[in-house]
Amino acid sequence: MYLGIVTGSVVASRKVAGLEGKKILLVQPVDEHRKPVGDVQAAIDTVQAGEGDLVYLVGSREAALALDPHFVPVDAAIVGIVDGVST
Amino acid sequence: MWATVKHPAFAGHPMFVVQPLDQDGKDVGQSFVAIDRVQAGVGDKVLVLTEGTGVRQLVKQGDVVPIRSAIVGIVDRVDLG
Repeated sequence: MYLGIVTGSVVASRKVAGLEGKKILLVQPVDEHRKPVGDVQAAIDTVQAGEGDLVYLVGSREAALALDPHFVPVDAAIVGIVDGVST
Repeated sequence: MWATVKHPAFAGHPMFVVQPLDQDGKDVGQSFVAIDRVQAGVGDKVLVLTEGTGVRQLVKQGDVVPIRSAIVGIVDRVDLG
């Protein structure tokens, strides 16, 4: 799992079945000091995150497991909104 | 790191940001987030499992658990050959 900041959202009306009704957000991965790390990515939201929220995500197979029904074709899922990080 | 609004599978699991180290204790690679299984504290040198199936076997919450990393040990010492 890794930290990220929500920077936008993606609207895609035509998409594969498993993605219907799911919100897709743009996330900039960051480190614990909110320093950007790597490229912005599209991620499925499972916790109603909003723009500017510091969130944490899970990738690869676990991203698919974050959804119900799982094994939807996703490789990044926002699974929590971060209240705080002590450094 | 603490979060109240989160996927139910994370309920009850303390979480930390973890910085990978090399054998000499120098930072290497990107920090990431892990749940804690050994009551670790900030500043502890720890062992981290970063593979989902292993974590699912550890937490015993069934198969649909989107958790990928878990702190599984606190390192007392590293001896180099």
